[in-house]
Amino acid sequence: MSDDRHEDLLAQRESVHEQEQEREDTPSVGARRAAAALAGVANVPGVAKPDAILVADDMSRHFGGVRAVEVEHLEIQRGTITALIGPNGAGKSTFFNLTTGFDRPNSGRWSFDGKDISGAPSFRIARQGMVRTFQLTKALTRLTSLENLMLGATGQRGERLLTSLLRPTWAAQEAGIRHRAEELLARFNLAHMRDEFAGTMSGGQRKLLEMARALMVQPDMILLDEPMAGVNPALTQSLLGHIEALRDEGMTIVLVEHDMDVIMSISDWVVCFAQGKVIAEGRPDDIRRDTAVIDAYLGTHRSLQEDQT
Amino acid sequence: MTARLWAAIAAVLLGMLLLVAPAGATTPAASSPVSAGASEEAAETVQGTVRDPDREPLEGITITVTQDGEEIGSAVTDAEGSWAVPLPGPGSYTVTLDVSGLPEGVAPRAEGGEVLDGVTVRPGASQGVIFQLGTGEVEEGGAAIPVARVLQLVVDGIKFGAIIAITAVGLSLVFGTTKLINFAHGEFVTIGAVTAYFLSTAPGNLPIVLAAVLAMAVGGAVAGGVEVGLWRPLRRRGAGLIQMFIVAIGLSLLLRHLILIVFGSRRQQYDEYSLQTAWTLGPVRITPRDLVITVLAFAIMIGVAVMLQRTRIGTAMRAVNDNKDLAEASGIDVQRVILVVWVLGGALAAIGGVFFGLTQAIYSEMGFELLLLMFAGVILGGLGSAYGAMLGSLVIGLVSQLSTLWFPASLAYMWALLVMIIVLLVRPQGILGRRERVG
Amino acid sequence: MDVLAVLSVAVRGALGPEAAIYALAAIGLNIHFGYTGLLNFGQVGFMLVGAYGTAISVLSFDAPLWAGVLVGMACAVVLALILGIPTLRLRGDYLAIATIAAAEVLRYLYRSSFAEPVTGGVFGLVQFAGEFYAVNPYTAPLELGPLRFNERALWLMTVAWGITFLAAGLVWLLVHSPWGRVLRAVREDEDAARSLGKNVFAYKMQALVLGGVLGALAGSLLAINSQAITPDAFIPIITFYLWTIMILGGASRVLGPILGSIVFWFLLTFLDAFLRGAMSAGWIPGFLLAPSDIGAVRFAAVGLGLMLLMVFRPAGLIGNQKELRLDVR
Repeated sequence: MSDDRHEDLLAQRESVHEQEQEREDTPSVGARRAAAALAGVANVPGVAKPDAILVADDMSRHFGGVRAVEVEHLEIQRGTITALIGPNGAGKSTFFNLTTGFDRPNSGRWSFDGKDISGAPSFRIARQGMVRTFQLTKALTRLTSLENLMLGATGQRGERLLTSLLRPTWAAQEAGIRHRAEELLARFNLAHMRDEFAGTMSGGQRKLLEMARALMVQPDMILLDEPMAGVNPALTQSLLGHIEALRDEGMTIVLVEHDMDVIMSISDWVVCFAQGKVIAEGRPDDIRRDTAVIDAYLGTHRSLQEDQT
Repeated sequence: MTARLWAAIAAVLLGMLLLVAPAGATTPAASSPVSAGASEEAAETVQGTVRDPDREPLEGITITVTQDGEEIGSAVTDAEGSWAVPLPGPGSYTVTLDVSGLPEGVAPRAEGGEVLDGVTVRPGASQGVIFQLGTGEVEEGGAAIPVARVLQLVVDGIKFGAIIAITAVGLSLVFGTTKLINFAHGEFVTIGAVTAYFLSTAPGNLPIVLAAVLAMAVGGAVAGGVEVGLWRPLRRRGAGLIQMFIVAIGLSLLLRHLILIVFGSRRQQYDEYSLQTAWTLGPVRITPRDLVITVLAFAIMIGVAVMLQRTRIGTAMRAVNDNKDLAEASGIDVQRVILVVWVLGGALAAIGGVFFGLTQAIYSEMGFELLLLMFAGVILGGLGSAYGAMLGSLVIGLVSQLSTLWFPASLAYMWALLVMIIVLLVRPQGILGRRERVG
Repeated sequence: MDVLAVLSVAVRGALGPEAAIYALAAIGLNIHFGYTGLLNFGQVGFMLVGAYGTAISVLSFDAPLWAGVLVGMACAVVLALILGIPTLRLRGDYLAIATIAAAEVLRYLYRSSFAEPVTGGVFGLVQFAGEFYAVNPYTAPLELGPLRFNERALWLMTVAWGITFLAAGLVWLLVHSPWGRVLRAVREDEDAARSLGKNVFAYKMQALVLGGVLGALAGSLLAINSQAITPDAFIPIITFYLWTIMILGGASRVLGPILGSIVFWFLLTFLDAFLRGAMSAGWIPGFLLAPSDIGAVRFAAVGLGLMLLMVFRPAGLIGNQKELRLDVR
């Protein structure tokens, strides 16, 4: 890496720190609410939360002889930003796939918002209000940005084969969806890409598009699989802003992320995976000091500050 | 949960489809309808030829035709064993052979085989009727399957399956290394058979063994040429898999009909080894030619397996098959490996074509017919697994031959394809395939 | 060689009932592949059940012809369900192999001796569409310069092209609705569609059924057109014709299959007539090509054309080349 870019990165890193500082000085409504709700919760793996939206029990998934996921009990508190961390191959993404119905566990039960959704197909889970994004973005390349977003709306009358032929039955609903989609495009700074094929967008724009599209479902909970990966630092800031704003509006957010700075700055609760198991969970400050985490995670994957010195 | 429900519904639907078959199959087992085009204006008749188990005609046997218990007419077989009974009109008749006229040691092969019920005669048709006569030892029950016949069909099935297998290995290896379903693979089979045919007939008159070896070389060269001239440039251009798949279909059409123009539409036989007396090995009969072909096919399969496991290029093939990027990163010349796979696949398909031509016939559609059976074998064994392709092909060969125990031989290929569809239903990853990871 | 005669034969081919029928079947295929991304290589199987459903209903059950056509379409629905349930959950290439195999299974089944009482076996069925020709409103042939269409052809062309354009209109309505949007999303990325709460399997099944029904309708028209059907008229090459037509016109374009079919039949009949003319004029030496080889030349030309199209202009005549380049699969 050239010195220039090195300097550049350090400067950006610095700005992240400044904003983080700001954030800690004046925590948002959602952050304060989340902190209050989690105030009495002990930082032990599998601890019960006062108002859990997602509860998983005895989830396991084996690939051949490898135990990719082996979670005894995990609860996600409603209205918080929960980060899943852990070294590569710790089972975070597999856990995502299992809870959202994109992969089937060897065993386990899980419920969302009090309803048992074990083994439900992925599309039904999404309709229940739990929506995910993908590590490798899945922009629908030959649909325009606007179409990508409009697709996300649920309960569309025009999506049924027979009613789709009768435009009057869905025209009004479609107009409403279009309006909502345009608002979201504007909010994510994508308004200028409205009629472009999603395939022409940059990687960062696709990440934004995917998140906006997931929001069109109007979920109660959104699972973001490495939302910052491949996104340039300027966009990272706006993405983080969006995520926090969603939490402040009352949405539950779970994200898998590798950038420790990002995690420590925005999450209300951190769950650490290693070799498929939850080895620690707690507030960011607890996790920073947790010896199990340092052994399993920081031991193999040193923090960025150390890398740079 | 819902997946299981769907599977159950599908199973029921398929079951319904299959049930139709045996229900309808009872008639042809007894009488094989022959339509005589010549007697279109004549009234309807039933006719046939009575022969003893050694195919010698039997004279002086009385045949009686009845309808609803009423006698319509009767006839006595002539010196050629032929008989015919004119009928008042189309409909369903019962034809009875008078067993008392049969010579010593000759009797209907199945009990009650002297009466054929429900012989359907279409308007204007001269309906053929065959009485199957045996050596007098009435086999137990009409429905029981003789062990000897089963063994014979098993041997035939293994022979046929082994031929499919050596052609299918190439298809599977090409898929494994390039992810391309090579629709033109069947044409390599035909090219092999046709090349050997032209070399072994006038003016070349090469011995078939030499012609077969040269055909392998030609098959390998054509396949390698297609790889270098077509697929490699297409991959360089970043062509999508579906795009290449459709190109392969176009190539298949082009090659098959070029062969048709050059070779003609007739079915041909090789000059050598076309007629042979079968050896009797216990209950099974097999010609020396077929025995040699079966043994050779297995030897080739073992050779391919040894090559895959023991040699550098074989290891490289398996590595590219498992993970192309990883193989490339670890210094394997992936393009070269792919070329070798094509040449090998083409050569194997060509020799398979010669074998198929020797055991059955050479015709321009042979490759395409075999291609669908190869697909069946490859899917049955597990897409992308070379050993799976061999195993699956053997099963397909057995299924198609053994189906003739109960069903007409013209449907043998159909059963092989149905087995494939059923496998897709219950175990889509095939016998040796790995379950794919989603997400 | 009379160039004008050759050209008029080619124009007849391009406008004749066969072009309309193939366009209709290709519209069905376009729903499968162009909009949903399903690799259906057994469209001819849908045509077969349509044709036989019609003929058998009329001949064996004395049903009126229109009811026979409906039966043919219903058979296509059943076939789509049987085919789709096991394969639509699998990767696309499995569907391709399963569909081509299923179409061949059907052909073997319909031509088998035990099905002969119903299907006529290898000899097929004849004379079942008298009702259609009985209501022919045309009383005189149409003559346009060297082009001449008799009453029978005119009636068939009217009905076949009418149905084909109706089907195209239906497809236009469908793909410009939210339903069509979901279909295209499924084509782009199934998992993305799933993550947004869309029942991908149901949409694929609907597309398979709908396209299959159009294929069956085309099969019925084909049967009515020739008044004689045999199982061996429904060989896999027909499906490859349909693919060529769809890609030639432009996949995922509403009018693509229609344009494709007109151009395809023009070129095919032109080639045919040209070769015949050239041979009788003695331009092509007999040892190179005999008149009996013309059929084979025609198929080979389709194969070559399909290859060249797919390599050099995969978006077809009216497809959006830019859009196609985005295809990263």
